[in-house]
Amino acid sequence: MRKYTPKDNVQGKAYYTDRFHVVPSVPTFDVATDEVFAKQLATLEAKVTIKSAKIMLGQMIVEINHEDNFKAIETLKSECDYAILSEMSAVDYLAKDGNFEVFYQLHNLKDVKRMRLVMRIEQGLAVESVVPLYKSANFAEREMFDMFGIVSNNHPFMKRILMPDDWEGNPLLKTYPLHGDEFASWYEVDKIFGKDAREAIGPEIRDQAQIDRYDTKRFSRVGYEVPFGADISEGETETPIEYSKTFLVDYQKADGSKPAEHRK
Amino acid sequence: MAQHQVNYASTGGLPVALTTVDHLVNWGRSNSLWPLTYGLACCAIEMMASGASRYDFDRMGTIFRASPRQSDVMILAGTLSKKHSEFARRLYDQMTEPKWVISMGSCANTGGMFNTYATVQGVDRIIPVDIYLPGCAPRPETLQYALMMLQKKIRRESANMKNNKKQDLRLI
Amino acid sequence: MQQPNKLSPFFENLNFERDDNTMVINFGPQHPSAHGQLRLVLELDGEQVVKAYPDIGYLHRGIEKMAENMTYNEFLPTTDRLDYIASTSNNYAYALAVEKLLGIEAPRRAQVIRTMLLELNRIISHLFFVATHALDVGAMSVFLYAFREREFAMDLMEDYCGARLTHSSVRIGGVPLDIPSDWMVNMRKFCDTVDYELEHTYNALLQENRIWKMRLEDVGVLTPEDAMSWGCSGPMLRGSGIAYDIRKEEPYELYSELDFDIPVAETNDSYGRYRLYMAEMKQSTRMIRQLIGMYDETEPQLMAHAPQYISAPKEEIMTQNYALMQHFVLVTQGMRPPKGEVYVPTESPKGELGFYIKSEGEPYAYRLKCRAPSFFHTGLLQEILVGTYIADVVTIIGSTNIVFGEVDR
Repeated sequence: MRKYTPKDNVQGKAYYTDRFHVVPSVPTFDVATDEVFAKQLATLEAKVTIKSAKIMLGQMIVEINHEDNFKAIETLKSECDYAILSEMSAVDYLAKDGNFEVFYQLHNLKDVKRMRLVMRIEQGLAVESVVPLYKSANFAEREMFDMFGIVSNNHPFMKRILMPDDWEGNPLLKTYPLHGDEFASWYEVDKIFGKDAREAIGPEIRDQAQIDRYDTKRFSRVGYEVPFGADISEGETETPIEYSKTFLVDYQKADGSKPAEHRK
Repeated sequence: MAQHQVNYASTGGLPVALTTVDHLVNWGRSNSLWPLTYGLACCAIEMMASGASRYDFDRMGTIFRASPRQSDVMILAGTLSKKHSEFARRLYDQMTEPKWVISMGSCANTGGMFNTYATVQGVDRIIPVDIYLPGCAPRPETLQYALMMLQKKIRRESANMKNNKKQDLRLI
Repeated sequence: MQQPNKLSPFFENLNFERDDNTMVINFGPQHPSAHGQLRLVLELDGEQVVKAYPDIGYLHRGIEKMAENMTYNEFLPTTDRLDYIASTSNNYAYALAVEKLLGIEAPRRAQVIRTMLLELNRIISHLFFVATHALDVGAMSVFLYAFREREFAMDLMEDYCGARLTHSSVRIGGVPLDIPSDWMVNMRKFCDTVDYELEHTYNALLQENRIWKMRLEDVGVLTPEDAMSWGCSGPMLRGSGIAYDIRKEEPYELYSELDFDIPVAETNDSYGRYRLYMAEMKQSTRMIRQLIGMYDETEPQLMAHAPQYISAPKEEIMTQNYALMQHFVLVTQGMRPPKGEVYVPTESPKGELGFYIKSEGEPYAYRLKCRAPSFFHTGLLQEILVGTYIADVVTIIGSTNIVFGEVDR
């Protein structure tokens, strides 16, 4: 029977995990331990509902409902001095929890504080764009759309950014393989030469250990190049690469003589 | 004066050099290879370094040109992504014959370490390559050596490009 | 109808039957002064830019996807290819993020070496900026001079780690190598050279140069509000009069012990940013000189001692059984950081470079997001270019100092 491989997460996985392996966690602290964060959280709490809040590695992480993202960020910008949106993107939890996690990394220059606003959103739902608040979200939201397919409402120019416009699939989803799907593997051939050329050009070589039998010969003759396609075999018949077989050595000779003494 | 008298009959005396058209044309072609500045990624920095003060590419008659219509050799320096591949082919088509291609760096040769969905696994899927230059990133000396190899190759070719079997993709 | 896939010229951006008087031109993705693979679609009214649309992604290689399929140590050489002009700063930002997640700290000698390499990389990157910026604006000789000094810095990097461009000179938990003999002497000489050349070559050639000033002054003006809104960082933020440097405000490594100033430009234009870069190089040499003195006082330990995550030194692996077993497990399976998430900002030569790592306790990162400064500086182009003349476009692109390995990842 073929081994079962999950299709909802095709990314790298540990090939061996100890049965008794316990995953430790990074220590988290209560928001009340930092008075600046506590004050900001209180301001935020007055406006939106907060699902959870903690401090991890010196930065506050606040989880909210995804409907409240614009309101929450507006509050953080106007009342808590978070002047810069450093980064925003998403994490794919579709296989695990059936939703995405969208995070906004905010930066307060005045108090030198950084916080992360986190929200969970189901696939197919859109988030409200924060471009009116932070222009840096313009590119970041487009990248999120490109990589995960999460649309931002009221974005001025919702279009793919890193991948070509006619690309299929969202590369950072856990269901998307690292080497790309069928569409990706023929993309440049289809685009430049047309689908007819697929056969002539051939599939991509993804196996990094692949060896062409005559490659070494060609490279060793640098400076004495031959035209492409010329016969370089010099009369030698084409032989496939063969690997030596493992076999047991029979020290007992056929004539019945014993192996030498020093071998024992 | 006696030393001004030239013995035309002896070797080297005649102020005429005899050669073949092939040699003459290839002499010109190989010693003034003008590459297209086709910097794509990290290797482009090494390509710039080889054109800059210490390595001084100009002494080989190699002057970087910004236009494909003025250049003879395309140095594809860096990772070619699938989004860019179409433009690489278009620039190659815009270059005038005779033209050569040096694929610089592992990414251009085979895709290198970027064995992912977004990179072309070897530019020879798109354009015919004459010299593959390994390294990540190759040093400027390596690029210069590759160019010298290309010069050697050109000198062995026929001046009439139709006689040269081009290492081309099979369909073109 | 033209077939776009048949290699016939396909002018997708040109529309000759427009009623208004604007023209759409395509800049890049292969343009000698586009700093890589930037494609700009510019709508022009005469010579004035009406609308600019930066199109990126021509160097997208899926580095974030690779991070999800590689163990933490495997991924480190890939970070070299992000900002390939100053590779060590990427290695360092990544290593620091993982170290924060693991809760370990590099030993002091490693910290000294790391800080020194970071500042050396800053000089390399800034010299490269001056070279290309001047080349774009039209000053060819500055390019040749700047690359001359840059090669000296490359020699130093090569002496340390063996590579010119892709260093991988910082590891998770420390540095792999100690400083070779005579390196400090050469470093001191290099600092003297840079200081001398800054004064006598670059400042002499550019600072009061009439053409240079005319091309740069009041070009690419970026107000502080816009700079913050667009998420600018590093020299772009300080070039707009906001004195914020992560090295000073949120110090990491040895920056809290070093004595250095934060240059700020109040003019908000390209010329101010150029002056800022020059001043930063001077601060970098100042820091390196202090670090040379600190090096001798340190213990010769290079990697942090955390057998759960970091392999023991080679000598121990070769002599002690348990160290060898740990090393085997770490190489074949990879380290498993605790479950959690971390975002660590560092001040790379281009600006705030941070890695967001989400770990689920697996040897593979669940999600890695690289916060690249150039990505946000590229987004800025769509606003800052509007209203400028086409001759200033390359000046502004050069002034933002974007690197496409980082923008597209």
